[in-house]
Amino acid sequence: MSDLVRFERVTCRYGREPVLVNIDLSLAEGDFVGVVGPSGSGKTTLLRAMAGAVRPIAGRIVRDPKVAVGYVPQVETVNWYFPVTVREAVLMSRIDGRVVPWASKQDVRDADEVLDRLGIDDLGSRHIRELSGGQQQRVFIARAMLRRPRLLLMDEPTSGVDVRTRHDVMHLIHELHHEGLAIVLTTHDLNGIAAHLPKLVCLNREVIATGRPKDVITPDVLERTYGAPLEVLQHGGMPVVVEHYLEPEEERKVVPLREGHHGHPA
Amino acid sequence: MDTLLEPFGYAFFRNGIAVATLAGALCGLVGVYVVLRGMSYIGHGLSHAIFGGAVASYALGLSFYVGAGLWGLVSAVLILLIARRRSIGADAAIGVVTTASFAVGVVIISVIGSFTRNFESVLFGNVLGVDTGDVLIVAAVTVAAGAAVFLRYRQLLFTTFDPEVADVSGVSTARMDILLALLLTALITVCMSVLGVTLIAAMLVIPPVIGRLLTDSFHKMLWISVGVGTFCGFVGVYLSYYLNWASGPAVVLTAAVLFVVAYAVSSVRRRSLPEAALDAHVG
Repeated sequence: MSDLVRFERVTCRYGREPVLVNIDLSLAEGDFVGVVGPSGSGKTTLLRAMAGAVRPIAGRIVRDPKVAVGYVPQVETVNWYFPVTVREAVLMSRIDGRVVPWASKQDVRDADEVLDRLGIDDLGSRHIRELSGGQQQRVFIARAMLRRPRLLLMDEPTSGVDVRTRHDVMHLIHELHHEGLAIVLTTHDLNGIAAHLPKLVCLNREVIATGRPKDVITPDVLERTYGAPLEVLQHGGMPVVVEHYLEPEEERKVVPLREGHHGHPA
Repeated sequence: MDTLLEPFGYAFFRNGIAVATLAGALCGLVGVYVVLRGMSYIGHGLSHAIFGGAVASYALGLSFYVGAGLWGLVSAVLILLIARRRSIGADAAIGVVTTASFAVGVVIISVIGSFTRNFESVLFGNVLGVDTGDVLIVAAVTVAAGAAVFLRYRQLLFTTFDPEVADVSGVSTARMDILLALLLTALITVCMSVLGVTLIAAMLVIPPVIGRLLTDSFHKMLWISVGVGTFCGFVGVYLSYYLNWASGPAVVLTAAVLFVVAYAVSSVRRRSLPEAALDAHVG
């Protein structure tokens, strides 16, 4: 399989602060990869670098020039009071090859087809604020899909939505993957999302580990990724991460850590 | 009928109403992007920033339009660059750049010791004092701005709504920022001595806000804003003739009255909308 994008010893920074350090990574046709890591670990920068919007200060990013990339932002970054209807938002990504402001009949047909495909075809003339969380997420997936991408980059596509909506959105993303799209998504949800993906990248400015969830969702990798001890149980052959929220009183009772072991309250 | 057409018998009135109508359309057009970027104060701020350029051009013996235009462009680009940093909002960027630029102008005056340009007309404008040359300059800038927005409509919209994804999707957001800075600077430079900074600031904001109150669609907001700006420029100057008011404030007050009407209409419409449509939000 040919690489869609390949990172070779890539380092990126904003200002003086390095955000990504010595990243080696490759994405092939049909890959479905989750990127996990704490806030500020460089997940969004990694996606933007894959899309070509961030240039490395060291190393190189090799991108197949024929590959169209779709990008779905975090919904928290969207200005929901901006005056755009669903169809206007989706058509924004048709920026090439047409000078006049209005969309061509073909553009509108394509947009309606994508909206239909994502089950929101009856919402085209609604304002984006008037939609549910899942519908709003679909609008931005539709906008990315209108570019006819082979690689879809999604920044926390299930953040801020309820369990039912998360399930619907993930079902849709899996369908898109089965149709042949390579997908990279970032997530903070280790149990609900990351554990169900074929491949994970654990990131904290540098790549801590890559591989199948059962190989990388381990106490050691998670502690190196998040800087905090996390317990991992096995349930039906899948790793389940258990987070302990300790009261200050309990935290004082924690047995001091030894190399490779994590203390817990008695 | 003769009474209604009476003011058009005067050349000063024909020029004044033409320039106010064109400037209203221009401000309505550019103002949409200004308001949606949360930079409503930029009209006022840049007008003050251009003061520095006006003084510098006077000191160097350059044309007012060249000095003020270049100075305004640099100030606008600086504002847009600084505003890209999330830790510094657009309002703070406008405050820093424009006050510093204004201060440079004051320092130059204190050094050269004299400055003869009439800045009362710059602050408050003199719509009825314009000549045909002024009308042609404002018309040329209005046509150029209309053409720029027509040709870069999609890129400007994408950059205004979602600059990060626009960037990822192949839009040169830096170029769009420079284009907007150019449009704003040209607008303020040619309208400043005609309309005054106060009128420019008002007309950059009120028509787009009226458009936003009346529609949830971007292209409709653009049309409404241009229409309201054009209407207010024409009707304001026309009414000022009969009411014997200053023309600039009459234009602003016409826009303010329309704002009140639009606010009332949108309030009534909101009450008639289903609750779900009003409450829907992320999460």
